Amino acid sequence: MSSTNSHKIDTTKLDEIINSYGGKKSNLIAILQKVQEVYRYLPEEAMIYIGTKMEGLSPATVYGVATFYAQFSLEPKGKYEIKVCDGTACHVRGSMPVLNAIKARLDIKDGQLTTDDGLFSLETVSCLGACGLAPVVVINGKVYPQMTSDAIKIVLDTLLKEER
Amino acid sequence: MTDKKTLFIDGKEVEFTDEPNLLEVIRKAGMNVPTFCYRPDLTSFGACRMCVVEVEGRGIQSSCTMPPEAGLKIHLNTEKTRRIRRTVLELLLANHDKKCLTCEKNGSCELQQYAEEYGITNIRFPDKALEDYLPVDDSSPSIVRDPNKCILCGACVRACTEFQGHSVLGFANRGAKTVVQPMNGRPLGQVDCVNCGQCVAVCPTGALTIKDDTEKVWAEITNPEKTVVVQMAPATRVALGEMFGLKPGINAIGLMNAALRKIGFNLVFDTNFSADLTIMEEATEFLERLKSGKNLPLFTSCCPAWIKYLETQHPEMLNHLSSCKSPMSMMSPVLVDLVPKYFNVKRENLVIVGVMPCTAKKYECKRPELARDGRPDTDYVITTKELGKMIRSAGIDFNALEPEDHDSPFGEYSGAGTIFGASGGVAEAAVRTAYEFATGEVLNDVDIKQMRGTSNRSKTVSLDIKGTKVVVRVVSTLVEAEKALQEIKSGKADFQMLEVMACPGGCINGGGQPTSCDDSKIKQERAEGLYKEDSELPVRKSHMNPSIQKLYQEYLEHPGSHKAHELLHTVYTDKFAGSYKDV
Repeated sequence: MSSTNSHKIDTTKLDEIINSYGGKKSNLIAILQKVQEVYRYLPEEAMIYIGTKMEGLSPATVYGVATFYAQFSLEPKGKYEIKVCDGTACHVRGSMPVLNAIKARLDIKDGQLTTDDGLFSLETVSCLGACGLAPVVVINGKVYPQMTSDAIKIVLDTLLKEER
Repeated sequence: MTDKKTLFIDGKEVEFTDEPNLLEVIRKAGMNVPTFCYRPDLTSFGACRMCVVEVEGRGIQSSCTMPPEAGLKIHLNTEKTRRIRRTVLELLLANHDKKCLTCEKNGSCELQQYAEEYGITNIRFPDKALEDYLPVDDSSPSIVRDPNKCILCGACVRACTEFQGHSVLGFANRGAKTVVQPMNGRPLGQVDCVNCGQCVAVCPTGALTIKDDTEKVWAEITNPEKTVVVQMAPATRVALGEMFGLKPGINAIGLMNAALRKIGFNLVFDTNFSADLTIMEEATEFLERLKSGKNLPLFTSCCPAWIKYLETQHPEMLNHLSSCKSPMSMMSPVLVDLVPKYFNVKRENLVIVGVMPCTAKKYECKRPELARDGRPDTDYVITTKELGKMIRSAGIDFNALEPEDHDSPFGEYSGAGTIFGASGGVAEAAVRTAYEFATGEVLNDVDIKQMRGTSNRSKTVSLDIKGTKVVVRVVSTLVEAEKALQEIKSGKADFQMLEVMACPGGCINGGGQPTSCDDSKIKQERAEGLYKEDSELPVRKSHMNPSIQKLYQEYLEHPGSHKAHELLHTVYTDKFAGSYKDV
């Protein structure tokens, strides 16, 4: 587990989220989504807190849900969350070169989620339901259609320029 | 429609009533199908697909999840069901480390058994890749977790959740990467596990096993310098025999004494003796609290899993806990102090071993608060199962032994001491003595039947002690204990004593007992074995045990004395820091 998990958690914020869902265990996924919105990932302490605070749950159970769904990340995500669609349509229309171009441009190694500066995180998803626009890349919810390795480099350069 | 509800199993008409699933109907009819994940005391899970049967018109169904219906025609062993079971076994074995010879469960493993029964000699699928092997977790003093032997049946997860409300173990990840583990793969010894061992008791394979301390005990026994003294808990005597073909509930204490001497234990005492001692102290403490009204309800303190639960989850309620050590941990300091005097042994050569139905006792004996002069009073704890193994490994023909008596003076016990092993037994024993202490009168009818029974995990019993109403709550499992704690917190509790045993039905169903998870009736039979012994003993009240009376006269003065407090009582401390709740 990454060492960035060491910060203590703001439990009042977590209580707020839990209470906004009535503290019901059936709302666990929604609660975890909200927590991930706040922290950009699910800190271990947050999962433990939710597991002990909410009735009928335990830290191990919360961890089980968090690791079952690909949407949850146990490592901090970057400021820009890049999702490269690798569904069938995107794959055959060249999503892999796009992915490799991103890795090369941002210096992301295999198995690495987030860049060392914490700006970008990269993952592949199975289908975004936008096969007509293949290959598709989504950055922080914004859809970039019909990507090529050159086009995505321009997109990334623009974002990097904004950051500097 | 017929009046009687029947269905057909392999053409044979079978009656059924309120069985929750087909598997129970099949078993009641004297037949069986294999299963890994079905445990009668836990919810049906339908994970392993071994119990599949063919239902005419409905195809293949898992019998552990399908409710029985009148007129169903089911077939247990068809070409299809056998093929499915064989494939399941092959797939499980492909993903298994298959190191049977060095496995703790060798000979008692259900996976091994069915692989043998179904003649799985060739596995079509490749072996698990070496890099997929996960490390073995032996950080807990009680339980060893080997994920490479896990078949993901989920029985342990359900036991942890449904018995202890705790879910220390949970599923993590998905698909081929799924594992059962504590939160984020933390070591079992560093999470809020209470060491009850119920996960071990329901595990069909060697994925969860008891931490084996038998070699350490053998090393002491074979050392001629050492005097090795053994004490055994009440519940062990009615279960040990099962490992040697005796029926559950048969009291094998005589054979057990003989076997222990044959193994090489020098002195054989009985924890029942110190159960009586516990009652002397606890009944006195209870009456004091009733008088002062302070720290009521009193919580019993015999169960180490319960104590750890309270320390980590509800440390603010530790003041309710009786200050009495458990019977095992009362016995040991008495032995440490008096065996050297009575038997001419040097303290440094004295080794004390407890035979317990309980995996959490392994944790208890290592507690720093129970050590004196830097050495624990109880040196080792082995479980009933481990003792069975030692007897086998010593080449002893258990059933051919002549029953023997325990050694004196720490072997005599009353019926009150023996019922400690069943849920309700501690409270019943305490009331028998408390009644006579409080009233000065003789209690003629000592049976308190409302406190007994292993299926009802929460009982409230109202008693009349000469005009004073005393309400006792008896619970087993921490799920029920938690409910009682919440009642106290919300001010709704009407009871003055809370007896807690973490294992369902009490110590007779402890995590260290011979496997009984396939049959809900075994606990009751074991409990009845204890109550039978109680009813047959001449002395049935702890304070009437002559050896106990002598011990007070010669050494401990009186219950609650300074000496008694020094030896028999302790203070448990807040262990909230570092627990899960301490985020």
